[in-house]
Amino acid sequence: MELTAEDRALLAALEDGLPLVPRPYAEIGAAVGLSERRTRERLAALRDNGVISRFGVVVRHRELGYRANAMTVWDVSDDRVDEAGRAIAAMPGVTLCYRRPRRRPDWPYNLFCMVHGRNRAAVEQTIEQITRKAGLDGSARAILFSRRRFKQRGARYDRAPAPDDAVATGE
Amino acid sequence: MRPTRETASEFDALDRALLNGFQNGFPLSPRPYAEVADRLGTTEDDVLARLRRLSESGAVSRVGAVVAPHRAGWSTLAAMAVPADRLDAVAGLISGFREVNHNYEREHRLNLWFVVTGRDPAHVADVLRAIAEATGIEVLDLPMESAYRLSLGFELQWS
Repeated sequence: MELTAEDRALLAALEDGLPLVPRPYAEIGAAVGLSERRTRERLAALRDNGVISRFGVVVRHRELGYRANAMTVWDVSDDRVDEAGRAIAAMPGVTLCYRRPRRRPDWPYNLFCMVHGRNRAAVEQTIEQITRKAGLDGSARAILFSRRRFKQRGARYDRAPAPDDAVATGE
Repeated sequence: MRPTRETASEFDALDRALLNGFQNGFPLSPRPYAEVADRLGTTEDDVLARLRRLSESGAVSRVGAVVAPHRAGWSTLAAMAVPADRLDAVAGLISGFREVNHNYEREHRLNLWFVVTGRDPAHVADVLRAIAEATGIEVLDLPMESAYRLSLGFELQWS
């Protein structure tokens, strides 16, 4: 779906978040020449049609005591990957689950999921449960714990949408 | 990197309700913070003050919109194998791109992982090419092909 210039401007104005003032939609709207009512209506429409997948408080896991996160990846045959992905998506502890292309020989994995936990052991336990329940014990797997966060923030909307993308530990 | 400053015990019941209960479906009414306050049994001023404090401490990134991937532009997950002695410099160079919004070191031979967003695939490809040229290191481009689960928020447990 193509966004209108108005919608793009609105998302751009929101990139650093909703202002913490009593009438935030009036303030956001004023920045792009929209009325408060129009701003609220467009945001509702973008939410209803799925362009905005989530609208609300975005927390940072680490600052809230969830110090460990791992991106876990499997190499699942193309005819089974959708089934496995849907199964993983429904499991507790999983925040994101995507299929991505393999890049052999460097990267043989095509199924990605993100798990956060208070510590490494908790994340490892969740990953073992996921692997077993999704029937992936026989699939090649790698677990990529995060070591350092260099950057985490919302995307810049004027040139791009804020993606709900996979290394997003704080999104 | 932002240091970790808060622990779960520093949040009272209202903080926790704010952090857990409003990650999605934030009110679009003219005074959304007043509506949140009504639901929590407090005042608009209190909700605003708490959100300011939680933002300043880093626990809250923002009250904002997360856009579904590829609904209004293009993004990809990129990976590089960076020699240890160059990691800080290369990570700094990559974080300097405004198109990069997440950038992490991970435990793997491919040790640097970041998300690039742009207007369209060509814009994203330009950024990946610029990074490869500036560093002399191959950049793996791993765009999403199917989303089985988008982030709908994160349930925080305080036990």
